[in-house]
This record gives sequence, structure tokens and C-alpha cells, in this order.
Amino acid sequence: MELRAQVPSGPLETSWTRHRSEIRLVSPANKPKHRIIVVGSGLAGASAAASLAELGYEVSCFCFQDSPRRAHSIAAQGGINAAKNYQNDGDSVFRLFYDTLKGGDFRAREANVYRLAEISTQIIDQCVAQGVPFAREYGGLLANRSFGGVQVSRTFYARGQTGQQLLLGAYQALSRQIARGKVKMYARHEMLDLVVAQGAARGIIARDLVSGARTAHVADAVVLATGGYSNVYYLSTNAKGCNVTAIWRAHRRGAAFANPCFTQIHPTCIPPTGHYQSKLTLMSESLRNDGRIWVPLTGGDRRAPGTIPDAERDYYLERQYPSYGNLVPRDLASRRAKDVCDEGRGVGPGGRGVYLDLRDAIGRLGRHVMAERYGNLFEMYERITGDDPYQVPMRIYPAPHYTMGGLWVDYNLMSTVPGLFVIGEANFSDHGANRLGASALMQGLADGYFVLPNTVGHYLAQATLAKVDAGHAAFREADGQVEERLRALLAGKGRHGADHFHRELGRVMWDECGMSRRAAGLNGAIERIRALRDEFRTDLHVGGSGTDLNQSLEHAGRVADFLELGELLCHDALHREESCGCHFREEHQTPDGEAKRDDARFSYVAAWEFTGAGAPPVLHQEPLAFEVVHPSRRSYK
Amino acid sequence: MSELVLHIWRQAGPAAAGQFVRYEVKDVTEDMSFLEVLDVLNEALRARGEEPVAFDHDCREGICGSCGMVINGRPHGPRRGTTACQLHVRHLTPGVAIWVEPWRARAFPVIKDLVVDRGAFDRIIEAGGFVTVRTGSAPEANTLPIPKADADLAMDAAACIGCGACVAACPNASAMLFVAAKVAHLGLLPQGQPERRQRVSRMVLAMEEAGFGACSNHGECMAACPKEISIDFIAQLNRDYMEAAFRAFAREKAGEPTEG
Repeated sequence: MELRAQVPSGPLETSWTRHRSEIRLVSPANKPKHRIIVVGSGLAGASAAASLAELGYEVSCFCFQDSPRRAHSIAAQGGINAAKNYQNDGDSVFRLFYDTLKGGDFRAREANVYRLAEISTQIIDQCVAQGVPFAREYGGLLANRSFGGVQVSRTFYARGQTGQQLLLGAYQALSRQIARGKVKMYARHEMLDLVVAQGAARGIIARDLVSGARTAHVADAVVLATGGYSNVYYLSTNAKGCNVTAIWRAHRRGAAFANPCFTQIHPTCIPPTGHYQSKLTLMSESLRNDGRIWVPLTGGDRRAPGTIPDAERDYYLERQYPSYGNLVPRDLASRRAKDVCDEGRGVGPGGRGVYLDLRDAIGRLGRHVMAERYGNLFEMYERITGDDPYQVPMRIYPAPHYTMGGLWVDYNLMSTVPGLFVIGEANFSDHGANRLGASALMQGLADGYFVLPNTVGHYLAQATLAKVDAGHAAFREADGQVEERLRALLAGKGRHGADHFHRELGRVMWDECGMSRRAAGLNGAIERIRALRDEFRTDLHVGGSGTDLNQSLEHAGRVADFLELGELLCHDALHREESCGCHFREEHQTPDGEAKRDDARFSYVAAWEFTGAGAPPVLHQEPLAFEVVHPSRRSYK
Repeated sequence: MSELVLHIWRQAGPAAAGQFVRYEVKDVTEDMSFLEVLDVLNEALRARGEEPVAFDHDCREGICGSCGMVINGRPHGPRRGTTACQLHVRHLTPGVAIWVEPWRARAFPVIKDLVVDRGAFDRIIEAGGFVTVRTGSAPEANTLPIPKADADLAMDAAACIGCGACVAACPNASAMLFVAAKVAHLGLLPQGQPERRQRVSRMVLAMEEAGFGACSNHGECMAACPKEISIDFIAQLNRDYMEAAFRAFAREKAGEPTEG
């Protein structure tokens, strides 16, 4: 396996423009001759499917939800970054590029990140034209707010429903193409395998989740836009259906998996309350604009928060990071929350929580302004906890939220399998070891609207693709393997449903490969996951049949893949003998508990090759060359 | 910890006859969400070798619109402005049995248990619920100022999550609130003006073709809507629809080509 990043040579600032002028094109007459499969209908998938169809390609789009509008991008609350500099506060494409690269602790590819920052402004134009109702000033122009890890105000938002509004924009564009017949939409379908024929991705095996029927779909290129894998932790802020199956199956077919251990733990989530807990709910990072985070100065202080005077509160982020305060990047905010709870100063049941207090902002700005900014978040918090954040501080704790790792892609967003493209959260490309807030929406839409529609054409124009149909040996083989996997899952006569194994996997991952990691713990986790896989094989019970809607079967298949991914994730965390961004190895820290990066040994992307079930994965390194930015020690003090 | 008695609609498939089945769920706490109660029930059913209750759900934070079930006669249950996934046990009246059934509307056929097919909503959007704008062709975002009040009102309408509660609540199984929300969202913004009339005509036609009933101003939709979308938008829809129809009629009389 060879990692060729295909980064254009020459000056960074003009590389995307040059690349676009130089890559090959498919003529308008030939575009309708190509079918492209897009799996996933979130921001990346829906925008890509719509844009490819507008260009003239024939598109098949798949989602497991009952409608493409329900993809999990819809739950993104806070906003989307763009280097518009509408605030006149010194923002620029370069500054967004630099903030993103630094926020990722210098573990991302310069050229990709620069392109992302450059495209960011076009995304806002596109979305406004679609009718996305972004927040506005009284003069009618667009409003902005601040997010963590930056000192400018560049985040565009639509109340606390930015992801929803951006997704509806993309979904509506997609719907227009469905009506035109250019996109064939397959809702309630799940991709269960990638088909590689003669060295190129040529299609997928999907299962109709209502009828249970397996179907083969042939194409000239396959695009995976299937999101992240935070649900490997069982409890996360992801939707229940989010899963790794599509990219894991592609990994098993030859796509390298890059930096799997770069998983973001979001600092501001509602703490869990019991064993039955099915998911965790995020409270947008935008609350850190106006909220102050604190714990009591001394452990065991059981007083009601409102009665604790300021002098007996520890606003620990403001104290430790005076220049960024409550707006430090997510990885730092999460680790410091864990620290104060480990010290015994946490609040709420089990001592796993810190206060996010909006008292001062409510006093300064008034209830009306706060309701306009955060009203829906406050209501959501009240519904879940029974507490009113206008009256008492919110209690929050970190939770798995986003995965920077994903399938390795080159500058054209193509994986190590020719013809297999990976976009949005499913790839590893832009966020390095930590993603800044409001950058996921930006990346999903940059990939889907503006990058992929160009680069797919470049591939199709030069590929020599043999005529392949669903009767091809590669399709028959993949279909047979899918059938066998489903049969094995249904045959299980064990004692436990898939949830049992998923919960245990999540516990192991959270304890040993969460906010803080060490060699002994990771080795133990790998042993435990292997044993858990054996238990899953012998003790699983699914029930029902494979010929109608069977949600237990769907879940079991996804858990089986998480059980394989979990091991790779720990393996990657074990090999990376440094701390960077979200990846904190206890063995590698400064005396004041900050991450100690090791650029001499680890300034590379770790891309893992699958070599067979149970066989050790093989590491390939893509060195990271920094030509414009000099990696510095990341400081937000 | 307490026990909940649930009567849940079980239906094996679209053509099968359905019926309510009584279940007792033990160890329920007030911090549980209603869907977590169903999770606990399903785990128990699986352990007894019975088939779990099928229900749609995904984000579990009230935004994806997947979940939807009628709880004690009310879509999404008793709490105002709250989806089923955000309904918590503490919001239920202790000791009262709970009856759970799917959305009931001809345009939303039952697939299994509480799962229905809401594809009709997608077809309505496909008919015209968009602004035609090719990727890459948009002008600079601040070229066109939009009064804050208009943008805010458009956002109120755009908050629709497409769950279908409005249809389930309506005695006529009308989708007027859903259609009105999209027509108003785009019709309130300058970007939506060029296609305003053909949008409303096409969406209303698609709604009728999908088998939804007509609106007779019961207002149940607004009461059931988890995003509390106002029926004022239905008035706006009616105005836009009438105007589009009159203009089409006038053009037809004048022998001019009519728009869609």
C-alpha cells in the first residue's frame, strides 16, 4: 500500500485554484454515462449528491434513516465557521487556516486545511442563496458569534439549530435532483459491503431494512459520507443509528484507516444518570461564550450552587488559561473538567459534573437576549434534567462527540482504493488531533459542495473502467459474504442482545481510551475487546427474521463492526507515544499536565492497513510537511 | 423506581391486523426518557424470546424528527413542544396506564408496530420545497440584507422537523401545517420569491396526491407540533395558494402560458 497525498506543489495560497485548473474534466455529454453512489445523506452526502447530479452525473444515494433529512448533521447546534471577516476583527483565510491547524495540534495536512479555510466563504454564500435563515443583525446583515480556540468572531448560526438548517438546505437541493430523476434515493437502506472489482471501487451491497432484501448496486465511483464512529463508546452525543459499518467494511476491502485514536470528547454535555442511559446530549459550545465554568473551591461542598459565594468558587479555566478563559479548545476544556472531578471537586450524582453558569450573562444581558441566543438549548436542558438554567447553573460533563480519524484520503478525497472517495466526518482529512467548534459543518459542506464534485471528475476522466454488472464475480462474492454474516448473527442462540456487548465495549473504551490513555490500560483494553468479540460470537441473541424490519439485527451488525474497530483504535492510541490534541497519553505530559507532543517521532498520519481478521494491522506513515506554518507548542494560557 | 403499564400497538406488517398488547415495565426511574422505557421493555422482550417493539428513533434530542408515536391519544405525548424522545418519565402522571400507537393516516401506512412510512413528506418537498440554486452560483452572502424580523419569522417556520405529528393530530389527517411551514420559510425570504407561486401550487398538489386530507381549521396540528409551529403559516399558505391559482386562471383566460 502506498500513500500518495497528491498535494499540488507550489505556493499554498493558490494550490486549490491551480489544482482545479489543471485537473481533468468529464465533458457534459459524458457525465450522464457515469453513475456515482453516495452513501449517507448528511451535510457531506446530501451536498455531494445534489451537486454531482447538477453537474449531470447519475447518482444513487443511500441512507439508513426513513428520510435523507434525518441524517445526524441535523443535530449540530452551534454554528459554521467562515473567514468572511464581517466583524472587522482581523479575520482572514490565513487566520482560519492557522487556527484550524493549531487547534488540531499540527497533525493535519497543510494544503487540505488551507483549502477548507478558502472555501468556507463560498459555503455561506451558497447556503444563504438556498434560504438558510441564518441569524441577522438589525440592519439585515449576517450575525456572528465566537467559538472555542479562536480570538475572532466568525461563526454563523441559525439559533441553536444550525446543522438542521444547513442540512435542510442540502436536503432540499437533493430533493430537487430526486424530482428531476438525476438522483435515485434509497432511504431505509444500509450499505453492508463495498465491492472492489479489478482494483477499483465499483459498487456496494445494500440491505433494504424494511424487506430485508440484499441488493447489488454498480457504479463508476463510490462516495462514503457516513459520518463518524463515536458510538464505539456506546454513550456519545451521536444519534443511536450512527455507526462505523460502511467505512469499516471499506477498510476491510483495502481502504487505509487513518488516526483512529483521534476521537473528540466534547466538554459540555449533560451528565449520564443511570444504567439505562441510551445516549448523551450535547449542550452547544456556544454557551461558553456567555457561560462561566466552575466547581467549588473545596471538595465535598454540597451547598446549592447559588449559595456558594464567588470567593469559594474555582473558575478553573479562567484561572489556568487567562487569555482564552472559558473558550479554550474542546480537548483542554474536557481534560480540565476530568481533573477537577478526579480531585473530588465534581458536582452532582457521582461527582462527575462541573457547573456551566450563565448567571452573570443573564444579569448583564437580560433574560430576553439569552432566550434569543440559547432558548432552545435551555428548554432541552430543562426537559432532560428537570432543572431551569435561568435559575440554577447547568451541570455538564465531557462526552464522546466527534471523530477526527477516519478513512485516509488524498488531496482529492480519494481513499487508498481507487474510485472510493470519503467525505465529511468519515474521512480523516482536516482536523488533525482535535477539531475546533463549528468546523465540522464547514468541512462536510466544503467536501460535498465544492471539493468532491471537481475531484470525482478528475478520477473518472482518467480511469479505464471495465464493464461490470451485478453478476460480476466480485459482486457475487461480496453478496455471499454479507449473506453469511447476516445468517451468523441471526443464528445466535445466546443470552444477550447486542446492547449488552455494546455497553461493555463502550465502558472499556471510555475507561481506557477516552480522555486519558496509558500503555497498561490500552493493552488491557485490547485483551478485553478480543474476549468480548468471542463472547459476542457465542452469547449473542438477535431473534426475529432477516426478511422484514428487524432493528435488533441492524444493531447487532453494527456492534460486530464496532468490536473490530475498538481494537484498532486502542492499537493506534498505544503506538502513538506522544500526547497531541485529544490524544492524551499520561506518560507524555509536561509538569503542569499539558500535552507533550513529539514532532521528531510522530509528525505523521498513521494509516492502518487491514491484513485479515485477527491479523495485526500494518502501519503506513504519511509524513506531515509544514512549509508555511511552523508547528509551535500549542498554548492557550 | 416504579412500574409502568404500557399498552402498545403491535402490528407485524402493513397487511397484518394490529392489536394493543399490555406490558409491564419494571425499574422505571423519573430520569428516564420515554424511549429509554421502550429500550428497557425491548431488552426484557428479547430475553423472553419475544420480538421487540419496532419504533423509529435516532438523535434522541428532539431534532431529527424520526420518533413519533401517539401516547395516550396525543402525538408525542402530553408535554407541549416536546418530541417523544424528549418526554421523560417525570412528565407522566404516576399510576396512569399508557397507550402507545403509531401515527394513523392513510398517507402514512404502517410498516411495523409503531413504524410508519412518511415518504409522502419527502415527495412534497421534491415537488417544490426548495430554492433552485446551483452549487457555486450564489452571490456574496451579504449582498441582500434581510430585515431581522423576516429572517426570524422564516426561522420560526423552518424549525419544522418533519415528524408528522401535525398529520397524526388532525381529524382529517391533513398535512397543511407541514406544507405551510416550508412555503412560509422560503416565501418570507427574498431568495424564495422567484419560485414562490409555482412552489405553493406544486406542493399543495403533491400533498393532495399523497392522500392527505384538507384543513378545516381544528388547530390540533399546532397543539401537537413539538416545535410549536403556528397555524398563522397556514393562513399565509392559503393566501399564496389563492393568489397563484387566480394568476394562473387569469393567464389561462388571456391565452398566455401558465406556470407550473
